[in-house]
Amino acid sequence: MLSLEFMRLAFAVGLVVGVLAPAVGFFLVERRQSLVGDGLGHVAFAGVAAGYLLGISPVLTALCFAVVGALSIEWLRSRFGAAGDQALALVFYTGIALGIVLVSSANRLDVGLFQFLFGSILTVTRTDLWAVLALGGISLAAIAILYRGLVGVVLDEEGSRVAGVRVGSLNTAVAVLAALTVGISMRIVGILLIAALMVLPVIAAQRLAWSLRSTLALSSLIGLGAVLAGLTIAYYADLPPGGTIVLLAAAVAVVASFTGAVPRRA
Amino acid sequence: MPVEAPPPAVELDGVSFAYRGGPPVLEAVTLAVERGEFVGIAGPNGGGKTTLLRLALGLERPSSGVVRLFGASAGERGSRPRIGYVSQRAQLASATPVTVHEVVEAGRLAVRGPFGPLRAPDRAVVREAIDRVGLGDRAHKPLRTLSGGMQQRAFIARALASEPALLALDEPTTGVDAASQESLAALLAELRADLGMTILYVSHEFGAVEHVVSRLVLVRGRIVFDGDPAQLPALWHDPSHTH
Repeated sequence: MLSLEFMRLAFAVGLVVGVLAPAVGFFLVERRQSLVGDGLGHVAFAGVAAGYLLGISPVLTALCFAVVGALSIEWLRSRFGAAGDQALALVFYTGIALGIVLVSSANRLDVGLFQFLFGSILTVTRTDLWAVLALGGISLAAIAILYRGLVGVVLDEEGSRVAGVRVGSLNTAVAVLAALTVGISMRIVGILLIAALMVLPVIAAQRLAWSLRSTLALSSLIGLGAVLAGLTIAYYADLPPGGTIVLLAAAVAVVASFTGAVPRRA
Repeated sequence: MPVEAPPPAVELDGVSFAYRGGPPVLEAVTLAVERGEFVGIAGPNGGGKTTLLRLALGLERPSSGVVRLFGASAGERGSRPRIGYVSQRAQLASATPVTVHEVVEAGRLAVRGPFGPLRAPDRAVVREAIDRVGLGDRAHKPLRTLSGGMQQRAFIARALASEPALLALDEPTTGVDAASQESLAALLAELRADLGMTILYVSHEFGAVEHVVSRLVLVRGRIVFDGDPAQLPALWHDPSHTH
């Protein structure tokens, strides 16, 4: 399997995506924003369609759209507070509607589009790999450097704000990280399923972990395992990689839910 | 030449507030909390006591009037003394396995900023805050395994880790048994005595803190009592009384 160039590329991208997606998803889940990744996926769909229409790299346009979408969601959330889910719905549905209109205008309702929607192990190029390594590396470094700040805001946003912490900047950092994750993961997991890889490993890890740090580490470990195993199964069984990866992650989450212990109160 | 007294910790001057399109929640509230005071703010549900606290902390903007924290506008986050805030509800997803130590460590964010790991002096402050609230032997236990009273102590320790000049608590005894309420009141009295910090304590019931606060403020859309709890008419201690 690894003698094939496209599989080596898929696995190299998978290593980054498997670790990064749950690591970013960890902060979304803890902030009760599990569906943000889903919304950004739909905005990225509009970006792919815009790329087709303009004749430029759909990955680049999807990334740009996802970043703008993430910043919009964060701005609406901070401005309208409790109506954050409505802000997400607004961006979510605008993204998918714009995507449908643009794809139709570009006349590209074809196999190439489905590869972006559901993921494909055949489509990762060397250029994609370098972009994923660069952006993924920057994102993981940002999480490592800002970990304490991001966790502080997750634990108590209002308390941090009162204490004088620059909460807005840290929330923006999470939004941009989520957008970058969607942009670099869509090649192998697919736009429609990337959010699942950001959330399901975290749900599984929450049941098995004993601290925030261990939750983050276990999330990435489960995500990495699901991506590597999913790509292997997809190759031998000729299945779409996105669906296979997410089904594996879901299976781990279900098993963890039944077996993981939630300790009782003292 | 006489030395000018420092401005009060909290000042509300003719403050009124209404949520957008709604009826007034607070009207013409004037209140000054001096540095080092332990003030209990009580009143019926919907009376505006939490809103008063949120205005005092700069989390809401008044419809009219002025709010100052340590002499500066409450909305400014500049160089004023730090404030520790224990909000009404823990904001964590219930499934989160966060430890007491991780919760308290987050309090240093206000002091050290978000970049990189904590240094040895910061870790010492965190340990001291955990010990001070009596959770030293549970520092690495998941928060969800502790009782409501102990969880509140962890949140107070987080606020202490930021070395605040003002500690604000909003309904800290909700869902906490009577014994834990008494012990929490004793802890706060001890913090005030040892550290000299100003404490604002908001609760719909004030029985547990009545004997430790230096002043009680009753709020029902406006301030209906402000003074020594001993001066409070006996009728007002009746929980069925609407103040």
